[in-house]
Amino acid sequence: MTAGPELVCPAGTPASLRAAVDAGADAVYVGFRDATNARNFPGLNFSRNELAEAREYAHARGTKLYLAINTFGRAGDMTPWRQALDDAARIGVDAVILADLGVLAEAAERRPELRLHLSVQASAAHPAALEHYRRTFGIARAVLPRVLTVDDIRRTGTQTSVEYEVFVFGGLCPMAEGRCYLSSYATGKSPNTVGVCSPATDVHYEERSDGLITRLGDFTINRFAHGQAAGYPTLCKGRFRVRGEEQHIFEEPTSLDAGVVMRELVDAGVAALKIEGRQRGRAYVAQAVANMRAMRDAALRGETPDVDNLSGLAEGAQRSAGAYQKAWQ
Amino acid sequence: MTGELTLGPLLLYWPGEAWRDFHFRIADEAPVSRVYLGEVVCPKRWPANRPHLDAVIERLQRADKEVVLSTPALVAEDTDMALVHELAEHGLPIEANDIAALGALAGTGRQAQVAGPMITTYNESALAHLRTQGIERVVPPAELPGASMRTLADMAPPSLEVQVFGRWPLAISARCYHARAYGRTKATCQYACAEDPDGLPVDTLDDEPFLAVNGVQTLSRAYACLAAEIGELYAAGVPAFRLSPQNLDMVAVARIFRELLDGRREADSALDALEDVCGEVPLANGYYHDAPGSAWLEA
Repeated sequence: MTAGPELVCPAGTPASLRAAVDAGADAVYVGFRDATNARNFPGLNFSRNELAEAREYAHARGTKLYLAINTFGRAGDMTPWRQALDDAARIGVDAVILADLGVLAEAAERRPELRLHLSVQASAAHPAALEHYRRTFGIARAVLPRVLTVDDIRRTGTQTSVEYEVFVFGGLCPMAEGRCYLSSYATGKSPNTVGVCSPATDVHYEERSDGLITRLGDFTINRFAHGQAAGYPTLCKGRFRVRGEEQHIFEEPTSLDAGVVMRELVDAGVAALKIEGRQRGRAYVAQAVANMRAMRDAALRGETPDVDNLSGLAEGAQRSAGAYQKAWQ
Repeated sequence: MTGELTLGPLLLYWPGEAWRDFHFRIADEAPVSRVYLGEVVCPKRWPANRPHLDAVIERLQRADKEVVLSTPALVAEDTDMALVHELAEHGLPIEANDIAALGALAGTGRQAQVAGPMITTYNESALAHLRTQGIERVVPPAELPGASMRTLADMAPPSLEVQVFGRWPLAISARCYHARAYGRTKATCQYACAEDPDGLPVDTLDDEPFLAVNGVQTLSRAYACLAAEIGELYAAGVPAFRLSPQNLDMVAVARIFRELLDGRREADSALDALEDVCGEVPLANGYYHDAPGSAWLEA
């Protein structure tokens, strides 16, 4: 075990899981191959047997295994979420990552042996929320939403006994997660209900005289000049007309890299550092894990991490420390 | 059909006397039985309206309207939490819009009675949990389909209050998009949101109306309109229906829905009348039918 915050890494496939473990992850998080997790993409995620094998592989190497059951149960049909909790307990994962009040209540009542982590999808941004979840469900840890500054996070630590985990690398949601219905407004499908944001099934590309148009459902999300690489039309990274100008009103097509604030995050007492990207390939996962581990260890030695060594991983080469820095707001 | 009609909290920023006078007119003329006041989107706005709160409460109560105070949609900073406590001190029923408010008020004797639409109640297990927390009424999230609402209505208490008119609250952030559109940040906003009493239009590059920015909040551009679905909801056991205030004649909107609930109007006639009041703004009922929220499906 390493001193300092745990490095929690994503795996969408058994191969990625082995890559993350081998690259030095302290914990790996995965999801079942159904609508109970928020990365419900075709070809991704784990069967029950694969989860059991993943547990063997991880535990043999001293790595923890977490299972994300972080979508919201459907009214009148809680069975898939209950089944996921039961199987998590049977297989023996080290924690389940939950977002829905209903799933949390079911877990606390039916499966008290499970260690509960609160998903970022629960959007618990204030210590009073963390304490409420601790008192009512006994959560041990919460993943903080990507809306807090480093100062907010430091203050959180003084007001709760819940461990807190923060995202340090990967996708950057500008909205309070789990409370964003932009994707379903355009497509009918959302992270909360079916585990996908801006789903590929609803993406269309259209060649026009003025360039390539990317559309989500019935709405144009962006336009690219001929020959320019077209980005994926994630709704909140789109370009829209506001006050007469074409602009990225919500967020640039950027991704999170908290390297520049790594020392402050470590000093703020975070229990864990999380890498986003269960949809990524194993090479990406291995590289991101190795990089973040090096940065964390540098921060623990009191050094300022060499953030430039990470280039090449972030999409579109644009990286941002996001909400961790006040000016983002 | 009877059924309770409520006016949700004003999400847009109409500072000072505009805020007061809007609610005075609601008190005097709108056939709603419950009105939500407070500041849900940004605590920085509240000082402009706070001086008028007592007068507005008094006017509404004199008109026999129940007043509920709504608390911030995202409680992240201490200023958000301070507003939760300030509103709770009035001793009126409270709508919590963040679990932090629910938690902070638990055991204080001023616990929340309403879980607002930014508390994500999707299923019967969540509803049952909120019951144990003293919640009597739940406003489901924008995207909850009609089938789910009808299932939850059957499990009451808590009972449901369903938004049947007005822009959907679709997202909340720590970043102020309104300030960003004006080349500022949240810290230096100079109340950019006051420039757009109807929200800041976000159009697609094809000039289609899409969203509306309201400070740190993102709203649908279309007005939710469940005039054709309200009968089915009522029959399933939903007792209360929320109108979200927009920059149009809300008294007229409330009258149309009241006539619909009282059986003095058919749904078709109500829709025709609402279209006249709403002008160019599109109507949407897609979420109810498990379709894209922006969609309009004919009954």
